[in-house]
Amino acid sequence: MFTALLQALLNGLVSGTILAVPAIGFTAMFALLRYGNFAVGALATIGAYGGYVANVFWGWPALASLAAAFAIAGLAGLAMDRLALKPLKASGALVVAIASLAAGLVLENIVRWFFSNELRAYDLPILRDFRFGDLRMGPQQLQNFGLALAIMAAIWLFLSFTRLGRAMRAVADNPELAMLKGIEPERVAIIATVVGSGLVGVGGMLLGLDTSIDPLTGNRVLLSVFAAAVLGGLGSAPGAVLGALLIGVAEELTVLFAAPAYRSAVGFLVILIVLTIRPAGLFGERS
Amino acid sequence: MLSYAIFIFAVGGVYALLSLSLNLVWGGVGMVNLGLAGFFAVGAYASAMATKFGGVPVPLGLLLALAAGAIVGLVVTFSTLRLRDDYLAIVTLGFAEVVRLVASNEIWLTNGTDGIPGIPRPFPSPSPVVYNSYYLIFVTVIVIAVFLMLRRLDRSPYGRALRAIREDQTVAAVAGKPVTRFKAEAFAIAAAIAALAGALYGHLTFFVAPDLFQPLITIYIFLAVTVGGTGRPAGAVCGAYALIVFLEATRFFAEWIPGISPLQAAAAREAAVGLALILLLRFRPNGLLPELRSTAPRF
Repeated sequence: MFTALLQALLNGLVSGTILAVPAIGFTAMFALLRYGNFAVGALATIGAYGGYVANVFWGWPALASLAAAFAIAGLAGLAMDRLALKPLKASGALVVAIASLAAGLVLENIVRWFFSNELRAYDLPILRDFRFGDLRMGPQQLQNFGLALAIMAAIWLFLSFTRLGRAMRAVADNPELAMLKGIEPERVAIIATVVGSGLVGVGGMLLGLDTSIDPLTGNRVLLSVFAAAVLGGLGSAPGAVLGALLIGVAEELTVLFAAPAYRSAVGFLVILIVLTIRPAGLFGERS
Repeated sequence: MLSYAIFIFAVGGVYALLSLSLNLVWGGVGMVNLGLAGFFAVGAYASAMATKFGGVPVPLGLLLALAAGAIVGLVVTFSTLRLRDDYLAIVTLGFAEVVRLVASNEIWLTNGTDGIPGIPRPFPSPSPVVYNSYYLIFVTVIVIAVFLMLRRLDRSPYGRALRAIREDQTVAAVAGKPVTRFKAEAFAIAAAIAALAGALYGHLTFFVAPDLFQPLITIYIFLAVTVGGTGRPAGAVCGAYALIVFLEATRFFAEWIPGISPLQAAAAREAAVGLALILLLRFRPNGLLPELRSTAPRF
C-alpha cells in the first residue's frame, strides 16, 4: 500500500508538471486578454496533431516536433483570436468565451476531417522502465517531465529578464498604467495569444507522447487545466504551476480509491471547493 | 417520411424548451450556462429512472425531473454567484462533463454507456406515427405553456429586475434588488426547464445514454438562441425550430457532397454549427426577433 501511495505521488508529480504547461498557457491568456479561452481543449489537440505530423510524416525527432506543436497551435490560436474573438470584445467577455467554445468546435472538426477519429501514436523508441527500488517510471515519462521543466524555466526567464516579458507582466498587473508607460497593448496581446496557445499545444503533445492521440485528446484534459488555473488563482502563472502539481497528485491518488474514469471529476470538485472557500485561489488577487 | 418529420418537430419542441431555458439565464440575467447538456441529462435520467425502475407515472416523472434540475442548478451556481461570470462558465462546463462521467460509470444506477432502454410512454402507442403525433402535440402544449409562463415573467417587474441585473449588477444592488437571490432563482428555474426538456426527450425516444448529452448540444442551443434573438422568449422558440431545420438540411446536404466519408460529413456539419454561431455573434447579434426595448418614461 505504501509503495502504491509513493508510486501515485511520483506519477502525480510527473503528470502535474506536464499539466502545468497548458495551464500556464490558459492562465496567461486569461491575465492578458481578459477572457476565458474555452478553445484550449481544441488548441491542445491541434498542437498534438501538429507534432504528430512533424514526427510521423516528416520524421522529426521529439524535440523538434514539440516546436512544431508550439508553432501550429500558436498560429491557430492567433488566427482564432484575430478572426473570431477580438471583433467580439466590445460585446463582453462572456460572448467572447462562447465564441471561443464555438471556435474550438471548428478546430476540433478540422482535425477530425483530416485525421478521422482513430487513435494515433507518435513514432518513438520503446524503452524499458527505470526502477528505483519498488518504484518505476517510464523513460518517456521522465523525458516529458524534463521537457516540461525546461519549458517552464524558459517561460520564467522570458517573463523575468526580457523587456517583452516584463511588459507582459506589467499589462497583466495594470493595463492602464502599462499603456501610460508606452507599452503597446496590441503587441502584447498578439504575443500572449501566440505564446499562450503555443504552450497549450505543447501541453497537448506532451500529454499524448506516452499514450496516443485522437481529436478529443485536448478536451479530456480541459477540466484539469481549468482546475489547475483556478486553484492557483486565475491569471497567475506561478499559481498555475502549483495548482497543476496539486491537481496531478490529487488525480493519481484518486485512481487508488475510485474508478480511473473519475480522474477528471477531481478537477471539477477542486474548482467547486476553491470557489466556495477561496475564490482568488492560492496566488490570485482578483476574483 | 411523415413519421420522421413528426419526430423531428417533436425534437424541435425539446430544443425549444432548452432554448427557453438558456434564454432565461443568458438573455434574461446575463449569466452563462455552458453546461446546458448536463441539466438536460439530469432531467432525462431522473424521469427515465423514476418511471422505469420506480414505476411512477410519466407526469410525476416529469415533475421529478423539474425538481432535480432546480436542485442541481442551485448546487452548481452556489459557489459562483458572488464571483465574476467567467467562473460560472468554467463550473457549468465542468458540471456537464461530470454528469456524463457519472452516467457512464455508475453502472448500478444508470446502466453505464449502454444506457437505459425501454423507458415507459405517457400514453399507449398503437403505431410509431400515431405515437409521435400524440407526442408532438404533448410536447408542443408544454412548450406553449412554458413559453407563456416565461413571457409573463419577462414582462413582469421580476423580469425587469433580472434585466437590470444583466445590464449592471451594482446599480441593481444599489436600487435594492437582492441580486444574488434573483440570480440563483433564475438559474434554478432555467435548469429545471432544461431538465424537463431532457425528460421529454427520454419519453420520446424511450432511451437515454450518456452519449446523447454531448457538449455539442449546448452549442446548438446557443446557436438557436442567438439566431432567434437573445432576451426574448419568442425568439428562443423560433430559433430552436430554425435550428432543427438547419441541422436536418445540413444532414441531407452533407450526404450529397461526393467523395467524403460519413465521418467527414459529420465533422463538416459540426464545424458549420460552430462557424454559424461565430458569424451570428459578430454580424447579427440581435437575431431574427430582437429584444423589445421599452424606453424609460420622460419626466
